[in-house]
Amino acid sequence: MNAHHQASNYNFAYLDEQTKRMIRRAILKAIAIPGYQVPFASREMPMPYGWGTGGVQVTAAILGPEDVLKVIDQGADDTTNAVSIRKFFQRVADVETTTKTADATIIQTRHRIPETPLRLGQVLVYQVPIPEPLRFLEPRETETRKMHALEEYGLMHVKLYEDIARNGHIATTYAYPVKVEGRYVMDPSPTPKFDNPKMHMSEALQLFGAGREKRIYALPPYTEVVSLDFEDHPFEVQRFDKPCALCGAEAVYLDEVVLDDRGGRMFVCSDTDHCETRRVEGHRGEMGGEAA
Amino acid sequence: MFAQPSALEGGFARPVMDAQAVFRTVMDAMARPARVVPLNPMVTPPAPLSPAAAAIACTLFDADADFWLDSRLASHGAVVDWLVFHTGARSAPKPVDAAFALVTDIAAMPPLDRFAQGTQEYPDRSTTLVMQLPSLAGGSEMTFQGPGIKGHASIAPRGLPASFADQWRANGERFPRGVDVILADAEAVLCLPRSARLVNAEG
Amino acid sequence: MYVAVKGGEAAIDNAHSLLADRRRGDRSVPSLTLDQIAEQLALGVDRVMSEGSLYDRRLAALAIKQSRGDLIEAIFLVRAYRTTLPRFGHSEPVDTGAMAVERRISACYKDLPGGQLLGPTFDYTHRLLDAELEGDPEIPAGATRDGPPEAVTRIADILGAEGLIEEDFPATGQPGDINQTPMEFPLSRAMRLQSLSRGDEGFLLALGYSTQRGYARSHPFAGEIRIGEVEVEVFLPELGFAVAVGRVKLTECQMVNQFKGSAKAPPQFTRGYGLVFGQSERKAMAMALCDRALRAQEFGEDVVAPAQDEEFVVSHCDNVQATGFVEHLKLPHYVDFQAELGLVRTMRAEYEAGLGAPAVETPPTIEIREAAE
Repeated sequence: MNAHHQASNYNFAYLDEQTKRMIRRAILKAIAIPGYQVPFASREMPMPYGWGTGGVQVTAAILGPEDVLKVIDQGADDTTNAVSIRKFFQRVADVETTTKTADATIIQTRHRIPETPLRLGQVLVYQVPIPEPLRFLEPRETETRKMHALEEYGLMHVKLYEDIARNGHIATTYAYPVKVEGRYVMDPSPTPKFDNPKMHMSEALQLFGAGREKRIYALPPYTEVVSLDFEDHPFEVQRFDKPCALCGAEAVYLDEVVLDDRGGRMFVCSDTDHCETRRVEGHRGEMGGEAA
Repeated sequence: MFAQPSALEGGFARPVMDAQAVFRTVMDAMARPARVVPLNPMVTPPAPLSPAAAAIACTLFDADADFWLDSRLASHGAVVDWLVFHTGARSAPKPVDAAFALVTDIAAMPPLDRFAQGTQEYPDRSTTLVMQLPSLAGGSEMTFQGPGIKGHASIAPRGLPASFADQWRANGERFPRGVDVILADAEAVLCLPRSARLVNAEG
Repeated sequence: MYVAVKGGEAAIDNAHSLLADRRRGDRSVPSLTLDQIAEQLALGVDRVMSEGSLYDRRLAALAIKQSRGDLIEAIFLVRAYRTTLPRFGHSEPVDTGAMAVERRISACYKDLPGGQLLGPTFDYTHRLLDAELEGDPEIPAGATRDGPPEAVTRIADILGAEGLIEEDFPATGQPGDINQTPMEFPLSRAMRLQSLSRGDEGFLLALGYSTQRGYARSHPFAGEIRIGEVEVEVFLPELGFAVAVGRVKLTECQMVNQFKGSAKAPPQFTRGYGLVFGQSERKAMAMALCDRALRAQEFGEDVVAPAQDEEFVVSHCDNVQATGFVEHLKLPHYVDFQAELGLVRTMRAEYEAGLGAPAVETPPTIEIREAAE
């Protein structure tokens, strides 16, 4: 038996058609019930659980030969796992890829939402490690499922408020829970809370795949997505003191780069495509060199 | 083995790519409800099953997703054989047992609450109805709001039962339980997920 | 001018090339053959087949070679391959009573029909390193019973004939398939046993051990352990009967456990069941202990220990899932880390300004609203 398959021995986009149908049915249900986690029979993938198998399965189930795929991790196209996943789809689906947010029809992401506003017709696929926002309050699936059924979300508010009482702040800085259309409390995946407002009324379809935990959920375009907060402690996003050192962008999410072991730091756009596009347009930050 | 030779013919010519194209059309329609989306069916099923409805069946039905046929479709052996051959799905005896329902005789269709509604804990365990209509235009106007709709969206499908508006409102009251509906004419589909709220209906 | 780090693709290619080099090791040492692995590391192959859920010695041997002997990595390779295979159907239940036993022991009876058959076991070996194995000494053919291996009565059936052990109900309907359906707790026992059978040996071993140390003690006796080949049959509707499609080697363990009886059931022994591919006695025994512990609610026992908690055990027994999620922590998380850094710096600044005491001293009136962002 020859276990060394060439890519051509696999079906288009790797998954067999029965698996794709199963995932497609789950996606339609997820879209119809925004924020609700649809169980699906997640398959073993040729990359480890926890490394994007849910996002990869969702992408594989929707991807077609006309699509242009972008894959990012931490906002960047060239992080190792993004490179690896992009390569996988080039190999098994021979699909066109891009790093340009505006050119992509499908964007698979881990931990960020692109800075460039997404448009109608684009699909953003999130890789989700723990889809259950209540999991860290209640480890049992049997219990959390009941809490969603009964809309019992008091525990979540108590947890956020305990943070405030202890720390003076809501100590949740990423995977910050949201409420969808006034019904389901949903985990936005471990994106920094900076990105939460981008989910609200986005023009793109947002699909969330959790492979190991076997759940798919969705936000259709124009869906109300509200970050949980309190009268006296309103939801706030992170702010940075300085603009991007390379392109000078403000009001974007920045990565901290340690320059030396004497405390030297710089802050640069986490969204590499956004930064490059701005620099091509001639924008410069304080360490970005001369404009061409 | 089958009643007519036509059961073996008329499926997707390129099953993998055709199913993907139909799915993306349906996904797009479900994500943006109450909007008519053209659909290239790429299948030729036996009458009275329409190509658009048949294309959806070939894309989504299989051994893990049983279908229910209304009595008009069920009386056409060729339709049953065709669906079984091309999808591998089985016909469910009752609407409440089916993942999907195909409805052509709209006047005689069971009310929406007779189909599987899902449970409060698993609202996804519900029936998706594919309703074959003479046209997605030319009927009385209905206006919807909800996720996927910017502001509001109006449609005027022809051939829906008179009680549809009331039934749809009741379906919405069961949220997150409830059914999702795909309306199809010969060339297009429009989707009404359970989240679509009917805010105005003519007549 | 600062230039952002690039070149993920080249780095990955280089890492793969270095991995291939290290896997091969010193080129002057002959490359391992799959036959050598399948024949001489047979128990490793059995574990990979069992936890990889694919009965194919050669593919398991290949996976062990490719993974440099990392068995969990090998299991992962086999799983990722098996998931691409078409699923034709399911076999009839195998009849372990008809097993051609190579080993069969019972701790419950001194002697019994078929006898105690030690087979190829490490039991009673003195664990002394054998310097002779540094070379390739002549090994005489093993001693076996005369004649081909034969079927012997299961101990559970001997107890069953006396009505002293709970009945073994025949399977009804379609068995579930953990590959085809998302988990929904509580699981059927069939689904639970499937999960345990391909669960991690080390995890089940530790949990089984914990039941012996009082965390859900179940008074187990190793009723029987048997290892041997069974025939696998598939029912063909076209023919109207089942046909044999092959033979597999299995290890079965039936634990006999105490139970006092209830209003409905007379006093009788209960069962814990383990069944795994290949020769894997430790795993089968641990599985049987866990199976019995997980049946606590069935027998009205209090659920007080980890081994009795189905959601806990089944959600964490799969080593492919576990290794993936534990190891995913090495993926970049710098975006989230930056978010935490920002908050800690803010809180530190407030602390140093003397504002760091908890901002709210009285329990807040929880007035909930959702920010419209």
